[in-house]
Amino acid sequence: MSDCNDALHQLYQFLDGELTDAKRAAIQRHLDSCQPCAEPYDFEAELRLVIRKKCAETVPESLMAKVRKAIEAEPLI
Amino acid sequence: MADRARFTDQTMDLMPSLYNAALRMTRNRADAEDLVQETYLRAYRGFDSFEEGTNLKAWLYRILTNTYINSYRAKKRRPEETELDEVEDLYLYHRIGGLEAALAGRSAEDELLDRFSEAEVKEAVEDLPENFRMAVLLADVEGFSYKEIAEILDIPIGTVMSRLHRGRKALQKRLYEFAVDRNLASTDATDAHV
Repeated sequence: MSDCNDALHQLYQFLDGELTDAKRAAIQRHLDSCQPCAEPYDFEAELRLVIRKKCAETVPESLMAKVRKAIEAEPLI
Repeated sequence: MADRARFTDQTMDLMPSLYNAALRMTRNRADAEDLVQETYLRAYRGFDSFEEGTNLKAWLYRILTNTYINSYRAKKRRPEETELDEVEDLYLYHRIGGLEAALAGRSAEDELLDRFSEAEVKEAVEDLPENFRMAVLLADVEGFSYKEIAEILDIPIGTVMSRLHRGRKALQKRLYEFAVDRNLASTDATDAHV
């Protein structure tokens, strides 16, 4: 049970890649054998991917060109 | 000449992610474009102070956020130090995570999350109060580490973590509202899973 508390408590640090290798491995071992903990982990990981994917923007060509031109107009550094 | 070429070679590829963040911060294209251009000019003028071998992307983001704070936020004169409501952990999972089972498919949950439109996800991010929005963008969209975010925003790592924690919960609450509005989730699920 304390493994479950530990796992849920460190969910974001795990997903953010902020745990030591040892801690990460310990949580991974727990998740492999505990479905109720693995589910929210999967859910949060998937949500993160969805947020990242849906926030992606394409830079207008005109902005690229404008920035290049503005830098060209600057004195040399 | 070499320096100008070196600057553009190293920085132009990073523009999509800077533009992305600029749009979420300013919430409109014209201001986002101005912010990106201003960021690149400041970066070019200060390129001497960039230490070769350190994180160029984080350095550019630091210039972007400082430029935003100094120019664009001042323009709006909006009090942005809003507090967020207390929201429980795993807010969205507790409400729609269980629908996975109801839909009886292994990837039903993925599909469910994928049903949020781009406009909804963007709006949910943009609705976050500024401090929280920056932290969430840098971590969840751009993938910066806590330490990098602390340096970009010039705040302690503990503050990064608490803004992320609260910002993510608020974002989930907003997404849930969209889900309910569109009948992706019924309000009954709230009672069933909390």
